[in-house]
Amino acid sequence: MAGEKTVETTGLLGWIDRRFPLSKMFKEHMSEYYAPKNFNFWYFFGSLALLVLVIQIVTGIFLVMNYKPDGNLAFNSVEFIMREVPWGWLIRYMHSTGASMFFVVVYLHMLRGLFYGSYRKPRELVWIFGMAIFLCLMGEAFMGYLLPWGQMSYWGAQVIVNLFSAIPFIGPELSLWIRGDYVVSDATLNRFFAFHVIAIPLVLIGLVVAHIIALHEVGSNNPDGVEIKEGPKDAKGRPIDGIPFHPYYSVHDLVGVAGFLIVFAAIVFFAPEMGGYFLEFNNFIPADSLKTPPHIAPVWYFTPFYSMLRAITADFTWVLAAASVLGAVALFLRGNLRGVWRIVVPVILLIVAVLLRTIDAKFWGVVAMGGSVVILFFLPWLDHSPVRSIRYRPTWHKYLYGIFIVTFLILGYLGTQPPSPVFNLMSQIGTLIYLGFFLLMPVWSRLGTFKPVPERITFSAH
Amino acid sequence: MSQDKSQFDGVSADGAVALDANLPPDPSRRTWVATTCVVGGIAGVATAVPFVGSFAPSEKARAAGAPVQVDLTSIPEGEMRTFEWRGKPVWVMHRTEAQIEELKNNDEYLADPHSDRPGFTPEYAKNEYRSRDPKYWVAVGICTHLGCSPTPHLAAGPGPGLPANWEGGFFCPCHGSAFDLAGRVYKNVPAPDNLEVPPYELSSDGTQVIIGVDENNKA
Repeated sequence: MAGEKTVETTGLLGWIDRRFPLSKMFKEHMSEYYAPKNFNFWYFFGSLALLVLVIQIVTGIFLVMNYKPDGNLAFNSVEFIMREVPWGWLIRYMHSTGASMFFVVVYLHMLRGLFYGSYRKPRELVWIFGMAIFLCLMGEAFMGYLLPWGQMSYWGAQVIVNLFSAIPFIGPELSLWIRGDYVVSDATLNRFFAFHVIAIPLVLIGLVVAHIIALHEVGSNNPDGVEIKEGPKDAKGRPIDGIPFHPYYSVHDLVGVAGFLIVFAAIVFFAPEMGGYFLEFNNFIPADSLKTPPHIAPVWYFTPFYSMLRAITADFTWVLAAASVLGAVALFLRGNLRGVWRIVVPVILLIVAVLLRTIDAKFWGVVAMGGSVVILFFLPWLDHSPVRSIRYRPTWHKYLYGIFIVTFLILGYLGTQPPSPVFNLMSQIGTLIYLGFFLLMPVWSRLGTFKPVPERITFSAH
Repeated sequence: MSQDKSQFDGVSADGAVALDANLPPDPSRRTWVATTCVVGGIAGVATAVPFVGSFAPSEKARAAGAPVQVDLTSIPEGEMRTFEWRGKPVWVMHRTEAQIEELKNNDEYLADPHSDRPGFTPEYAKNEYRSRDPKYWVAVGICTHLGCSPTPHLAAGPGPGLPANWEGGFFCPCHGSAFDLAGRVYKNVPAPDNLEVPPYELSSDGTQVIIGVDENNKA
């Protein structure tokens, strides 16, 4: 740091520092990392996600000590943990509650990014690493859910692995390769176990490190979306609107941790199944490859995407094809694409429109489901609004965000319900709103009257 | 640092004379770097082959497909039984005369009434009954959408989620696909194909069915 007074460390710390940059790293990431001083409630969820990751790893290690990844033993070994291992029930409920709470925290963390434009330049890589973490988390949760080897584990895995069979040409072989058998079986259980306990966690930890390094390189965003690095600086060159992460935010985050742990403990001790949303009732029946339970649904955190999968029927592809044609015409006539792109992009959209009617709706359901996650990666390039934070956007943008959030929640609810014509129509509308929100973002995000953005962050000491 | 610098000046730490930095670049080095990268890359990719290959079904899983023999006389008329073949549920149904007759009236509601789409239906089952013998229908009870096992709703008449004009059949609880009593998929449901008819043979007297073998598939 320019102008910092460097003090040579002595004693044991000095011995270490001459061999390993311990003090240097502590300063860089904690005591001399300057974060904007106007963080609010929404900024708890990053550190909480890290806390849940630790909870999951620690409880996971202890569960593996008694769990048996074997088609004949798995279900009973989980019951063994629940009934006979001292404190096993607590460790397992912490792990199962932790899985759901991970998604609660991460969804709120992502929503914070959406509100305050935290993915905008220069934080695109922070966002992309974060999205990669989200993908890993989904894989981790999905594979982990197979391990108890209950009916829901089994048939959930059967459905998700079969998603890959919808890919034209290679699909059926691919899903066979993933399962390692003609149906979900012991082979599938063992490989999912390997991925769940070692492969994905390793990648996950690497991505979390990359996420934080990228964040600390560019600095944190804040609710105003104003760069503190471009604001006034003190004599030592530090942004005066920033405060050292440690002790200010490390202590501040402890409040969030305490609040979180109250909720977490309440669930673990009083409602670990959460009325069938965190642990589904059908999963207390051992897996049976001959009988699908009368109603299967994924765990709540996958249901919004699952609804979109179910929404795509043969009739609905007409609507999507029409939307593609409309998009092609609009881009050709009014879009500001340059050169050949003005022709190429509309032509691609027209081809998509044709394919929508020629390839099975099953494939497009998978595309909608995958696309609804993948599209989030492109958020930094979809948002063209002149300001970052929702605070300085036109008021109707807030309503748009509101509609998006409500749609996401409704899709989530529909995904937990058995299929019915009315619900199917609702999830089709929801799918259009969800995809439209992102695909049309380059258009709507620049419309309206934006409010003046202040030079410096707004902050009032209590 | 001073040591490193002296190396670039042409003299290494131990005083030996190193390469003169002003020498013209040696193009053969580029060739060797490229060759090493290509050969090393090929070796690296080749190493992936056994790991990727280990994901395929094991010999044990491949061998587990032994045929299953079922006594048809044990199935009362109008009922069905489920048998396990290759870990999958296989349905054998004994259809009544009325049910067989009804199959002829369903075409307009079905996506593929004549089983024209490839796969899923052996030649001998490409008829409106989708079976060798109209009375006995054999099919893999796994939805062609995403692999759930549909629930039998054999009786005609309305029910929750069922299409109008329900003449009896199967309804998938996962995503709402519907099939008639020959496993033919209804229009505008997520499943694209009719239920798979596995290879099977009837014994000469017609009282036994052997699932897993036919003219083209030997046990």
